[in-house]
Amino acid sequence: MNTKALELIQGAFPEVPCETSIDSVVLTVQPDELEKTLTKLKKDPTLDFGLLLDVTAIDYLDYPQKSNIRFYVVYTIRNWKENLVVQVRIPVNDPEVGIPTASHIWDSANWGERETYDQYGINFQGHPDLRRILNHWQFEGHPLRKDYKIDARQVCYESDSLEKEIKARLATKGIDELTLKDINTEIMFLNIGPSHPATHGAIRILSALDGETVVANVNEIGYLHRGFEKTAEDRTYNQIIPLTDRLNYCSSLMNNVAFVKAVESWMGIEITERAQFMRVVLSEFYRALDHLVCLAALFVDMGGLTNYWYLYNEKEAAYDLISRLCGARLTSSFTRVGGMYRDFYEGWEIDMENQLKAIEKGVADSLTLVAKNRIVHDRSQNICCISPETALSYGFTGPNLRASGVPFDLRKDNPYYNYEAFDFSIPVGSNGDIYDRIMVRFEEIFQSISVIRQAMKMIPAGPVNIHDNKVTLPAKDKVYDNIEGLAGHFKLIFEGVKTPAGEWYDSFEAANGELGFHFVSDGSGKPYKCKVRPPCFYTMGGFHEMVEGEMIADAVINLSSINIIGGELDR
Amino acid sequence: MALGLEAKLGDSVLTTQLDVVVNWGRQYSLWPMVFGTACCAIEFMSAAASQHDISRWGAEVVRFSPRQADLMLVCGTISYKQAPILKRIYEQMPEPKWVVAMGACASSGGVYDNYCTVQGIDEIIPVDVYISGCPPRPEAVLDALMKIQDQIKGESVLEDRHKDFKGILD
Repeated sequence: MNTKALELIQGAFPEVPCETSIDSVVLTVQPDELEKTLTKLKKDPTLDFGLLLDVTAIDYLDYPQKSNIRFYVVYTIRNWKENLVVQVRIPVNDPEVGIPTASHIWDSANWGERETYDQYGINFQGHPDLRRILNHWQFEGHPLRKDYKIDARQVCYESDSLEKEIKARLATKGIDELTLKDINTEIMFLNIGPSHPATHGAIRILSALDGETVVANVNEIGYLHRGFEKTAEDRTYNQIIPLTDRLNYCSSLMNNVAFVKAVESWMGIEITERAQFMRVVLSEFYRALDHLVCLAALFVDMGGLTNYWYLYNEKEAAYDLISRLCGARLTSSFTRVGGMYRDFYEGWEIDMENQLKAIEKGVADSLTLVAKNRIVHDRSQNICCISPETALSYGFTGPNLRASGVPFDLRKDNPYYNYEAFDFSIPVGSNGDIYDRIMVRFEEIFQSISVIRQAMKMIPAGPVNIHDNKVTLPAKDKVYDNIEGLAGHFKLIFEGVKTPAGEWYDSFEAANGELGFHFVSDGSGKPYKCKVRPPCFYTMGGFHEMVEGEMIADAVINLSSINIIGGELDR
Repeated sequence: MALGLEAKLGDSVLTTQLDVVVNWGRQYSLWPMVFGTACCAIEFMSAAASQHDISRWGAEVVRFSPRQADLMLVCGTISYKQAPILKRIYEQMPEPKWVVAMGACASSGGVYDNYCTVQGIDEIIPVDVYISGCPPRPEAVLDALMKIQDQIKGESVLEDRHKDFKGILD
């Protein structure tokens, strides 16, 4: 519990009911007080909550404890310097009327509120562009409402033209309908994606070009919306782990760790020392792999195909270790609530060390091609810059935020799993351009490798799972030999690990930034609600700020430099 | 012993059937159009990279323009939002064309039995080969490629393929 945060918030808002949930302070605010509260949270220098992490809603229709108000909207806000998290809850009496928007306070609220509108049907008064974001425009109803059937499929017959949106964006740049009709104006519309090699997955970018310069840009996402959050409501906590693999599929194991860490921190489970070190080793290993894939694809887009072989081949080679460890190449599903699926295999240290050496060699080879390469410099330095203020306002986290010079990293600012005991540094950029984003990732690979080597030296022996028959499965010989073991096994598999009723937010520094999970539990073995705070989603929300005024070819490498992964973006 | 024309002209002439020679050409120069949406696309990247090397089957010329491709590899989940695009890109590919559904999602919706996921791309376009797995290993992609090659061997240039297919978007 964060007493400092509670005192600070209670002091600032004496008349508002405050409570705590793990590390965050939860405020309940009435809609007419909302704007004042949020503005104070952001603008007051003693509070300084500059990073709006996520916006979501909760539908209490089926919740065991009945209340008069069905919907609550929740804003999750962070002061990254002081490591404070606040959740502001607002009761919504009538979703059609809704609550006032926060999109003029934080830019990230724009997309966050759109998603809440799309999934829960809550109106945000004064929102500049309230329309669907994940589901298609012909969709009717709001899927995360409890009375929406999970298998109520709706066919989309035609893609949205986005004509209205791009024209509205052009109008903000002073180009209206009349200018467009002028024979001397040559605005050309160019649509990239959603199936295009440059989009690395399914994202749609619509640009208005003047020559090769991007004048205005709008994006459409949601092409890979797979209903993670709705599906998770119907699975036990351990059954959700395989689904988390498919969020950021380039670093699946980090999602596994982030997910179980969130569940464990609510249940107050302290996992074993060895499991903590295993999670550090594997998370850092996957961070390096994630950056390898991102950089490999980026240099392909820039025309440097050789880098792809140097970087991607090491990722490919790492699959040997990974599949020996967890049986799969891409989808690891390696953690469990209360520990790990299993221990390392015998001799893993040698395999890991060889793999780390190979990665270092691959990265060094690539850097000899890149570091002093004039073409790379010309194409990336001072291109698609984003200032630290804008990046924070759009909710950037992870390497993309650090490239803009903000040294926010949860491993340092809110350490877990003994991260404070490791000697590593957080690379930051100075310009927030493409070059900085590339180099921050290169350096993070080296830092991660250093953390892995330190952790490998310190890793203690011992069990990888806690002994608690309400959380972890009994040993197989107990299951086969005695009735208690058998019953315990069945109960855990069928009912799942039961979490105490309540709501909480917990976050983890994933390869792309802050990966958070917001849960609502009704005390059963399945989450009542499970909302992911995906780092990509908010990065993509600020994409237009980076590319407007730049060349269209730079927009392509900018997209690869921010490492958008469809599974995490659209869930 | 040679017969007919070959008997008269010796080694300088080879007689065969049109189907055989055309199919031979088609089999070993498949140009894939990778409709990559999700995790499976990462495994396709592995199939294309050095270790598994898809060029051993003559299918390394990956085209992202459907107009230059004849093998569509659908790698990943297709949502209802994506479906009209998949159909349009399929239609932009010139005949003859083949479709591989890579992985559980493309084949059947996979774990995503919910409101937004198409339960198998064969609801939208005709599919020739399905690959199981979530995601499939690169070897499975290569196996599917060989299955397509076998299938091409038995086809005829005179017959239209999938003329009577009707999906949910038709």
